[in-house]
This record gives sequence, C-alpha cells and structure tokens, in this order.
Amino acid sequence: MSIPLIPAYRFGETYESLDVTEITNFRSGDPLARVGSVNAGVIRRDLRRIDAAFTEFQKSSVGQMLAICARAADLFMQGDVPVSEGALQSPQDYVEMLSATGGLPHALVRGNMEKIAHVLREMPTVLKGLTRGLDVEQLQEGVWQQDGLTLSYAPSTTHLGVVLPSNSPGVNSLWLPAVALRVPVLLKPGREDPWTPWRIINALLAAGCPGSAFGFYPTDHEGADVVSSSCKRVILFGDAKTVERHTANPNVSVHGPGYSKVILGADEAENWESHIDLMADSVVHNGGRSCVNASTIVVPAHGRDVARRLAERLAEVKPTSQDDPAAQLAAFLNLQVADAIEAMLNQGLGTPGAEDVSEPLRGSRVVDCDGLRYLLPTVVYCEKLDHPLAKSEYLFPYVSVVEIAQDEVLDWIGPTLVGTVISSDETFRRASAACADIDRLNLGAVPTPTVQWDQPHEGNLFEWLYHRRAIQVVS
Amino acid sequence: MPEALDQHVREMMAWHFGPDTGCPFWLAWAGKQGWDPREEVQGFDDLARFPNFDGEWLRFEQPEQWVPQAFVGRPYNIFETGGTTGMPKQRIGWDDYKVDYESFGDTLSDDEFPRGRNWLMMGPTGPRRLRLSIEHLANYRGGSCYFVDLDPRWVKRLIVNGDLDQAKAYMEHVIDQAVMILEHRDVAAVFTTPRLLESLGEKVSIPDAGIKGVFCGGTEMSPQNVRFLVEEVLEGRVAFKPVYGNTLMGLAHSKPLVAQDNFSVTYYAPQPRAVTRVVDPNRTDQVVDYDTWGRVELTTMTKEFFMPCFLERDEAIRRGPADGYAWDGVGEVRPFGASETKIVEGVY
Repeated sequence: MSIPLIPAYRFGETYESLDVTEITNFRSGDPLARVGSVNAGVIRRDLRRIDAAFTEFQKSSVGQMLAICARAADLFMQGDVPVSEGALQSPQDYVEMLSATGGLPHALVRGNMEKIAHVLREMPTVLKGLTRGLDVEQLQEGVWQQDGLTLSYAPSTTHLGVVLPSNSPGVNSLWLPAVALRVPVLLKPGREDPWTPWRIINALLAAGCPGSAFGFYPTDHEGADVVSSSCKRVILFGDAKTVERHTANPNVSVHGPGYSKVILGADEAENWESHIDLMADSVVHNGGRSCVNASTIVVPAHGRDVARRLAERLAEVKPTSQDDPAAQLAAFLNLQVADAIEAMLNQGLGTPGAEDVSEPLRGSRVVDCDGLRYLLPTVVYCEKLDHPLAKSEYLFPYVSVVEIAQDEVLDWIGPTLVGTVISSDETFRRASAACADIDRLNLGAVPTPTVQWDQPHEGNLFEWLYHRRAIQVVS
Repeated sequence: MPEALDQHVREMMAWHFGPDTGCPFWLAWAGKQGWDPREEVQGFDDLARFPNFDGEWLRFEQPEQWVPQAFVGRPYNIFETGGTTGMPKQRIGWDDYKVDYESFGDTLSDDEFPRGRNWLMMGPTGPRRLRLSIEHLANYRGGSCYFVDLDPRWVKRLIVNGDLDQAKAYMEHVIDQAVMILEHRDVAAVFTTPRLLESLGEKVSIPDAGIKGVFCGGTEMSPQNVRFLVEEVLEGRVAFKPVYGNTLMGLAHSKPLVAQDNFSVTYYAPQPRAVTRVVDPNRTDQVVDYDTWGRVELTTMTKEFFMPCFLERDEAIRRGPADGYAWDGVGEVRPFGASETKIVEGVY
C-alpha cells in the first residue's frame, strides 16, 4: 500500500492542503501517512459558512441518519473505506496503522473499534438515553405530541467543534450522536490519530451521510485554538490544566482526568477478595489510558491486603508484541512522557505515607519490550488520605488504594467521573446517588469502564445541542 | 550583474570609508581594523572581510554616528524595526525609501494597481519606514493613501502575556476602522499583512469592496497561506503581490506566481542596493545549495546606509535567478528556527 495522503474535508469537499506533514511508524521512523495540515484561516472561513451546512444537513431526517449510522457501523468495522484519493483502507490496515502511530496494541485498537461501531449501530438506544425517551424522529417536525404533551425542541447551535486526542480512539464515540441529530461537526484530529475520525467520516459518507455533516481539519495549534474558541459548542480533551482553563466557559465541555473510583461499602469490607477481578478490569481496561479507568480504590478496611492482592493480579499484565491478541498495555511513543510520569510517581513516593505495593512483584516500572517503552501496572497503598498520590491519575494502569470509613468517603472522594459503589446498604446507596461529585454512578459490581449506552456520559450532548422551548399551539 | 554588483561595492567602499563622505561609525571602525576596505574590498565576495553586522549597534549607537559626511546638515528620518520590544533598532535615512518604492511602483500593473486611485494601508505605521513608503508609493502612482495603524509591539506583548482576548479585540478594532474606510472612500489598492488581510476578508468581500490589488508583507507566508489568501480571501479576483522587506533592507519584490510555483513565493532583493544570500546557519560565510533551507543574510549598500552581512532573524529556501532578476532569490521566508520552535509573530 502506498503512503496515503489524508486530506482535510470541508463540508462536502476534500481539500488537499499544500502544508503536508508526515506521521511515522514510531518504532521504525518510516512514514505511514502524509497529512494535509490546513491553516487556521481555512477553519475560520468555514465557520463563516456553517449556517449553510447546518441548513443543508437538517434536511435529512433523524430516521435517515439512524439508518446511515447503522450501515456505517458495518462499514467501519468490516469495509474497505476511502483513506485518500483512489485508495481504500481495510479494517486490518486501520488497525496496523493506528497501532504503529499511536502505540496501542492491535487488540486495544480493535476494542476501540468495537466501541465506536457499537455506538453507531445502537444509535437509537444512545439517543433514547440522551433524550430520556423522546421520539427523536420527530425532531425535524419542530413540534409534536408525545405522551399527551406538546413538545418542541430547537437547535442551540449550528455546529459542534471537537478537538480530539491522539491516544484514545474510542473517544470518537462521544461526538457521533451529533451526526445522528443532524448537527454538523468540525473535527480537529490528534496528530498521531487522523485515522479514526477520518475512517468514521468515510464510513458515514459511504453509508449515505451528507457531506454537509463534516469539517475535518488536521491543523496546528492556532487551528485547534480556532475550533476551541470560535465554535459555539466544543468538546475537547486535555489534562487538568486544560480543564481549569475552560471550566468557566459553558460552551466548552472538557474531558480531562476522570479520577474514577471503585468504592466498597462497609457491608462488603470482608468480601473484598471477590471484587479483585472487577478492580483489576477497572484499572487495566484499554491500557489504563481512559478517564473511565479506576485510579483510586476506596475500602473501609483491609486496604493493605486489597492493594497487595490487586498488585499480584496486575503483575500478570506484561508487555507483549503489538499484534498479540492478549496484549493489554499501550506503549509510550513519546519516551519523555513515560519518563515524566515515572519522575512524578517517584517524587510522590518520596512523600511519606505511600508505598508502591507492586514494586517487589514487578521490579522496575519502566520497561522496554520489542523496542517499545511501557510503564507496568502500579498499585500504591496510601496510608495518608491527603497523600498526593491518593487521588492521582496517569496515562497507564495506575491505582491507589485508600482505607476510609464509609461515612467519610463521599466527602473525601472529590470529582469522580465514574464511581462504582459496591454495597447493599440502602442508606449508603442513597447517599451515593445524592453525591454531586460522582458524574456516572454504578450501583453494584460494574467495572468503571463499562458503558451502558442508554445513559448519558459526561454531560448530556443532546441537551447541549438542542433545547426544549415552551410551546403553545392554537389550531 | 556580478560585475555591476562588484562595481557598486567598490563605489560604496569609497563612499562609506572615504573621510569626506563616510559616517563617523564606519570611519572609526575602519580606523581600528588595520586594513582599508577601499583597497581590499574590490567586489561582493570581498565583503566577507567584514564581520556579521551587529544589530545591537543600531540600538545603542546614537543616530548621528550613522550620518555620512555628505549628508551632514540635512535632517533625516529615523525609522525603527517592526515588532521589537525594548530599545528598537533604528536606521536613519533620507531618500532611500523613495527610491525603493518608486522602483517597486514601476513594476506594478495599471490594471491591478490603477494609477490615480487611492490606497489603504492597514498595519504597522508609527516609527516605521513603511508608513512613509506606502504613502510615497501611492503618491508616485498618482493617488493618496488612507492609514489604519496597528502597533505590533502591543500585540506582541498581549500574546506573550497570554491576553489573547485583548489581542483579538485590538485586531477587531483595527479591522473595523479599515472596513469603515472602504465603505466610505474610494480605494482600489491595499497594503496590509497576511493576517490582517484575512481578517478584513472575514468582514467584507474584498473584490466587491472595489479592491483591485493587494500588496502584502510583514510576516511569514507559507505556500498554503498564499493559496488561501489568493483563492479564498481574495476570491481569485484581486491581484496579490507578496513582498519581503524591512526597515534595514528596503523592499524585495516577488517573482509573479505561476502554476508550477504551487504558491511558493520567491523574493528578489533590490540589487545592487541590497543583496540577500541564504547561508548555512552554522557556517555563515557559506551559502547553501539551491532549493535548500538556510538563514537569510542581508547586505545593504546605499549612499545613506551601509550594513554588511547582517544575519536576519529569518530563514528561507535559496532559489535561483528568474526573469528580470539575474541573481539569487529567497523562497518561503519564515522566522529563523520556525520548524523547531514556536515564534510569536503576532496577530498582525
């Protein structure tokens, strides 16, 4: 296969920028794709004509879009879809390319593919969850009757801007409902992963989606800034600093660290061993890179035992070849990032009150395997609740274990994207349900990365794109 | 051209190092060297005898030090470089800017930059040579010039301080003033920077506003930027003349773009008054091969100002001669080190 040239896409037209960058196999340095990087002005220009794209896209019905999404799911998973002028990309090509440029093993890429395809396929369920059961196919009518009520929803925006990361292809599932809801998206792909959004776009186009649905802009920092500062609604991904920078802007939904947690109630204190597999799954799923991975385990007792057993379980997770179907860890293509994380952890461990329980089982945390650098799973037992590592999150399977009384835990946890609360104590379950710090609450033994697609995730995209208006109709 | 250039060099050595014509700075400098440029510099290549001109001299020497004896008693203009912070570099002058811009004006097409019609300059005016130059150009071609100022030093400070909202607000303020002029006055030609041109195009259709030609410079213009400006901002209906210049050089013209250039702009210095070379950043006495990136070196040689082998804060591709320009050009000029570090060029 020759090196593809991935273009920009401007609401129906591909656009080959003269500014071409290469993305390479991070191990060999061989070029794998050339990407046309547009100047920020192109995005600004397209935003000026976004109303026309919106009007055009709104001519499709939600019913049509749901059928298109379903067809696109199959094309995304199994089809050969265009990747550049005259060239097709097979699913295996996609897996290999993304793995080679992003460091994810093939198995994790496939897992992310499944997640994206599932959202496309199950879009009616997803929209049902987002809209709390609205008959979304009536959206284009503007006004309709449902359950004896007159309803009317109006778009709150003509577009959704998304600044994507390079290290987690599954997050592309977050913007897909906008397409089903007929709201154009402007996508700024991560540098090392133009593959995923571009493959989704091409699968949707091949399935019959109008071109007016997409702007796709490989670009530089200035271009990313245009998307994040000029779009009326924006989803972006970043670290705690990014979250802080945008926290006051209601038009920006920042997906940063999740600080997801598994919390055992007092009634499960003696039953901790039966939850070790759930804890391990919550930590290591998707290479431990997601905001939905558990980064803290909270138990009312036996904290040191939990940490030790979890460390034993996670010590079984080793780096292996990229194409090993059992691979669970993702490599760091930027060695400086791995080294920086290692330095931060060592600095944290230098503060008294925390112990790297994995260390005796694991040896060095940083290992090179098959020419790639990995950070091995790490369980830290934090004796002190205010220890800096107690509520930290890193881009690999890292988890702290803390011991805290049940009646204090909900005051302590802080922002928690996913909280899995394992307890039969109705009072504790009610208190958890009332806890504003938990964004997604799993009551019972549900691993933190498990997503039930009829539930909203990190805010409700529908309520962000459409708003219900008061309506009175006189016939 | 080489012989004509060498002849010009000899004349400049005689002028700037002659006790009756040279300026105090160069005469004092030569007195400490133990060699006489008038004897040992017989052609352009011999300018390698000079060290790279130190830009700090233009910051800290008093302007009087640069007045050639032949100009003593004649008041001069003081021009400053663009977006500098701190004490600016200053170049004094009398008529050079007029000569440079008349030469440029003679190359403009009457269809694209109609004679007798008015100009608008939107960009850094203040203490810069550009402000008088553009007005002179407009006058030279029979028109007048409206001005909208932008202070790049303030923009640079806003950006460095992370005050991007203020930077954007300031640019809006600048653009709004330009739109006002276009709406109420007859203007056919514009000088501005690429970024301001784009912003103007976001507010009005530039061709529909009556603009026939745009003359543009000041910051980096990659081929993609040029293409975007030509095809989208100017809608393919307005002539576009990129230029490369600054207070120290004057004005380098660009070769007219043709299809095979693929929007890659090449500039040619106004030899023999100024000469640009693309040199190896690590061996600045050596030029790089053609079609290779290197650092831009500028030598300016007029009766008003002599500045040998000055290393610009720009890099470029060395390009060969072209029609009308029998000497090397510099292509795709951008800030030196742009491929490795982030340079604050500002919103202008």
